[in-house]
Amino acid sequence: MISKDEILHVAELANLKLKNDEVDSFVSQLGKIVDMESNLASINTDGVEPTYNMGDTSTTFREDKGIHTQTREQMFENVPDSEDNLIKVPTIVDKEDDE
Amino acid sequence: MNYLNETIDSLHKKLSDKELTSKELTNQTLDGMKDKEKDISAFITVNDDAVKDAEKVDQDGINGSLSGIPIAIKDNIVSNGIKTTAASKILYNFMPVYSATVLEKLEAAGAINIGKTNMDEFAMGSSTETSFFGDTHNPWDFEKVPGGSSGGSAAAVASGEVVAALGTDTGGSIRQPAAFNGIFGIKPTYGRVSRWGVIAFASSLDQVGVMSKRVEDSATVLSTIAGHDEHDSTSSEKEVPDYRANLNKDMKGVRIAVPKEFWHEGTNPEVIKQVNNAIETYKKMGATVDEVSLPALKHAVEVYYVLASSEASSNLQRYDGVRYGFRAEDVKNIKDLFVNSRSEGFGTEVKRRIMLGTFALSAGAYDAYFKKAAQVRTLFIEEMSKVLEDHDLIMGPSTTTTAFKIGDKIDDPLAMYMNDILTIPANLAGLPAASVPAGLADGMPVGLQIMAKPFNEQAIFNAAYALQEENKFYEKIPTALKGED
Repeated sequence: MISKDEILHVAELANLKLKNDEVDSFVSQLGKIVDMESNLASINTDGVEPTYNMGDTSTTFREDKGIHTQTREQMFENVPDSEDNLIKVPTIVDKEDDE
Repeated sequence: MNYLNETIDSLHKKLSDKELTSKELTNQTLDGMKDKEKDISAFITVNDDAVKDAEKVDQDGINGSLSGIPIAIKDNIVSNGIKTTAASKILYNFMPVYSATVLEKLEAAGAINIGKTNMDEFAMGSSTETSFFGDTHNPWDFEKVPGGSSGGSAAAVASGEVVAALGTDTGGSIRQPAAFNGIFGIKPTYGRVSRWGVIAFASSLDQVGVMSKRVEDSATVLSTIAGHDEHDSTSSEKEVPDYRANLNKDMKGVRIAVPKEFWHEGTNPEVIKQVNNAIETYKKMGATVDEVSLPALKHAVEVYYVLASSEASSNLQRYDGVRYGFRAEDVKNIKDLFVNSRSEGFGTEVKRRIMLGTFALSAGAYDAYFKKAAQVRTLFIEEMSKVLEDHDLIMGPSTTTTAFKIGDKIDDPLAMYMNDILTIPANLAGLPAASVPAGLADGMPVGLQIMAKPFNEQAIFNAAYALQEENKFYEKIPTALKGED
């Protein structure tokens, strides 16, 4: 089970705004999925190390030398809005906050 | 061009004998695609420069076996100057300024990137229905899904639009569509292939692989794209064998483990029959077959959906509308820009996974879900490794059913997630795994799954090749295509 409040809290953490019908369907769908995932509690994992990463345990090294990849111009090709060679975004501090 | 009866070898011969130029082959490929795409819709973007690229290969001369041959690339593999979307609205206009290492390696070998294939959005799905760009259709039955997430790559190969395609596999995204389309598909060992330039979904699971009608063609392509890359510290420094040259169909003395949990009660009996037949074939060839048990397997879906969603929620934080991709309009402040761009840019399944992952990583849930799943993953890896201590291969069905109807499962996420139950184990344990056609059930293809020890892709290629040479499944023409002629 997962409550509507929990769904709204998680959406806030994930920077998502859900429509009302999305909230309702997520309450029921995520509830079912989380219930299924809760079966994991039945497995004894005392003293078992978690596996967070895969692959060779050894680290590969390369020479500590800078390499040029993309140019500033190239990096700007996908920027939705820019001015004076800077990325343009809306207000960061709301005007109301100053009042 | 119709690739149904072609192989990399047959094409290479025509190109080196000057019977055909790469430019002609590329033009014929584009013509064939034009014809088939109206039924299949395997591609999101066709490479407008493909003919120009082919002209250049013609000028430089045909060298290696891939030289001058068009190959399709899944649209989560970035391609310099060719739109790359991961089938998401949030990247609908994204134009990469570099190419993924796998694509650079293919192009260095003279292969032509013919276009970018459809997929589930951010590779999250098992049917290609979560794509922002519409459905892809299965060439065996246009009303059925091609599987997913590499559904476009699989359908492009199975319909003869291309000879081979790159896919990616996080929980079965190469093997399940390969099985549904009656082709071969291999997910190599974690670390075998560089992921530089591959749009991240779940970084401890993602791997790039190959799909083709013939086993030997995937062997050629995998040898080309594998190996260490200094841009990807998870890529292994182990030497890359020439899988094609080393192909050996002798199965005498090969030890095959068959986990009884793979003969899942929910699996279609016709699928089981075809898989059992394939395993009998190996016995006749002199392999030994032992039944084994992997008790943790019944928790594979649970472990996977906790870990993969958690990693996805972290990886997809980068999409915020600031530096690239879709940006929401009419926003008041920067927070709105992030929230609205993400909420309007991501599709429902991606949001569902981000929500699941954010939940599993949130305070209060972390230990019970994320850490617990990572611990069960350890148990799982230990079980699989133990079986592989005295076996060369693990075999079972690739999927529990054949391809289902478009629309049948899209509204039931849990049913959709259960599709992955048989393919997830190899990702959780980082093992190489493939699906090879075993036969038909109710007129639709069935795949046999083959897993091997880490970095022993050769054993998989050999076994798959042995079965292919026995059942000659590649001679079958997909049913819905026949209706077209």
